[in-house]
Amino acid sequence: MNTNELKKTANSIRKSIIEEVYNAKSGHPGGSLSAADLMTVLYFDKMNVNPENPDDPDRDRFVLSKGHAAPVLYATLAEKGYFPKEDLVTLRKPDSYLQGHPDMKHTPGVDMSTGSLGQGVSAAVGMALAGKIDDKDYHVYTLLGDGETEEGQVWEAAMLAGNHKLDNLTLIVDNNNLQIDGTLDEVNSPNPLDKKFEAFNFNVIVVDEGNDVEAISKALDDALAYKEGPTAIILKTTKGKGVSFMEDDAGWHGKAPNEEQYKIAMAELEEEGEAL
Amino acid sequence: MSKNIATRESYGNAVTELGNENENIVVLDADLAAATQSGKFKAAHPERFIDVGIAEQNLLGTAAGLAAAGKVPFVSTFAMFAAGRAFEQIRNMIGYPHLNVKIAATHGGISVGEDGASHQCLEDFGLMRLIPGMVVINPADDVEARAAVKAVADYEGPVYMRFGRLPVPVINDEETYTFEIGKGQVLKEGNDITIIASGLPVGATLEAAEKLKADGIDAEVINMPTIKPIDDELIVESAKKTGKVVTVEEHNCIGGLGGAVAEVITEQNPVPVKRIGINDQFGKSGPAPELLEEFGLDADGIYEQVKEFVS
Repeated sequence: MNTNELKKTANSIRKSIIEEVYNAKSGHPGGSLSAADLMTVLYFDKMNVNPENPDDPDRDRFVLSKGHAAPVLYATLAEKGYFPKEDLVTLRKPDSYLQGHPDMKHTPGVDMSTGSLGQGVSAAVGMALAGKIDDKDYHVYTLLGDGETEEGQVWEAAMLAGNHKLDNLTLIVDNNNLQIDGTLDEVNSPNPLDKKFEAFNFNVIVVDEGNDVEAISKALDDALAYKEGPTAIILKTTKGKGVSFMEDDAGWHGKAPNEEQYKIAMAELEEEGEAL
Repeated sequence: MSKNIATRESYGNAVTELGNENENIVVLDADLAAATQSGKFKAAHPERFIDVGIAEQNLLGTAAGLAAAGKVPFVSTFAMFAAGRAFEQIRNMIGYPHLNVKIAATHGGISVGEDGASHQCLEDFGLMRLIPGMVVINPADDVEARAAVKAVADYEGPVYMRFGRLPVPVINDEETYTFEIGKGQVLKEGNDITIIASGLPVGATLEAAEKLKADGIDAEVINMPTIKPIDDELIVESAKKTGKVVTVEEHNCIGGLGGAVAEVITEQNPVPVKRIGINDQFGKSGPAPELLEEFGLDADGIYEQVKEFVS
């Protein structure tokens, strides 16, 4: 995909996120929108995955450690063809296979059940270790929230990944600087994240334009090229990216838009899409 | 009777043997490889052994990732730090996705001894039993422990196993013993009372039954190595015959074997039940045999409690 096609895909995924959360009447739009560009580049440009064979043992893996951003994962998987886009509106409904947080047992393409913060990164480390033991060349990606790095388990897992020099692991932090109770600094700042991951023997790449598909693409390529150990990519993103009134507002961490807000959001995203 | 063997040693031997046959088996530990005996596997298969350091949340989480990628991870640490500290990782990362992780928790119960209450897990059966789809196994001796390790490797799904620190007598016959997940065994037939025991106190329960016999009380002794799924058919069948049931375990009386048996009896065949175990207390430091005596889990203690219940 070229850059414009990636941007169009990210725009389509953003519209799906709004549709999902609006129809569910709950969910997490802010941290889903901030990660839409990364998810697009991963699934449409970088990862070796095939929706026709979601359990291929040689596939690349993705673990959404910030499991509450399930809407962006489902939107991306549907866009990629793992399941019908029409099903996205069933998110969080009683008979849906699209649970509030990712459920690997019932959703095609979901590589790990997540939702309890700090845990996905351990699973990603386990998958990367399995790849080393089995001498396979798949790559494992995991996406964390920046607030999520306040969980101690993240650092237990990072220590293991660094010490095992897992060059088949790329950890990405969606660094939108907001968590439920406010900014990272207002709550309990995990900063400086770059120095912390360096201290845990990671190659660290900071991407200032974390919602720019070209910048994301370059960082992911640089991570793949690094063979001395795992890479942590700190993506400086905007929470709620793409919907003006959701941008940079912690209030949209876990709240669904009402009908009026839904219409405004969709109109903005339509307009952005048409301009591409 | 042969020499005493701790079931943690049986675990270390069995998982190492399994590793020879099955390339998919990996073993993880959290800086306790000597104590849990997983070090034997490490010596034989270093390329498939991962020491995560003192980090039990990541221990269980990494195992989940390995299982999701097709490996068969056996995870060793003390029961306190597996079932206790990493409960939520087990619940959400292993139980919920029903991943094929085998948790080999050693140092369960008060027989840990001198390390005291902080290290004496008396809650693990209850905690693990509450997780849907989790199999909970508590072997009584070396023969049973080795058989159980091999059986769970052939079973697809999450399993919690408790092994002990204290060397215990071998009560099962290597030649004739067979282990099946979810099945108990009648060790001694009797008509007056049913005593269901699990794990370390099974040997003492058999001794207690001999003392009861001398008093004219004919006890049926059932060994219950699988606490979940519990063998309800065997429990009900025996309860119908004897009309009284006693449970014996090295665990809080709440939530473990006693809880599981009481649930079955209450729903399917109500008869009086007495639960012998740790009576909603923490443990303490001391030599394991003295602690077992103090908490009433030696042969004399079990005998006296059953005698009192019968009369």
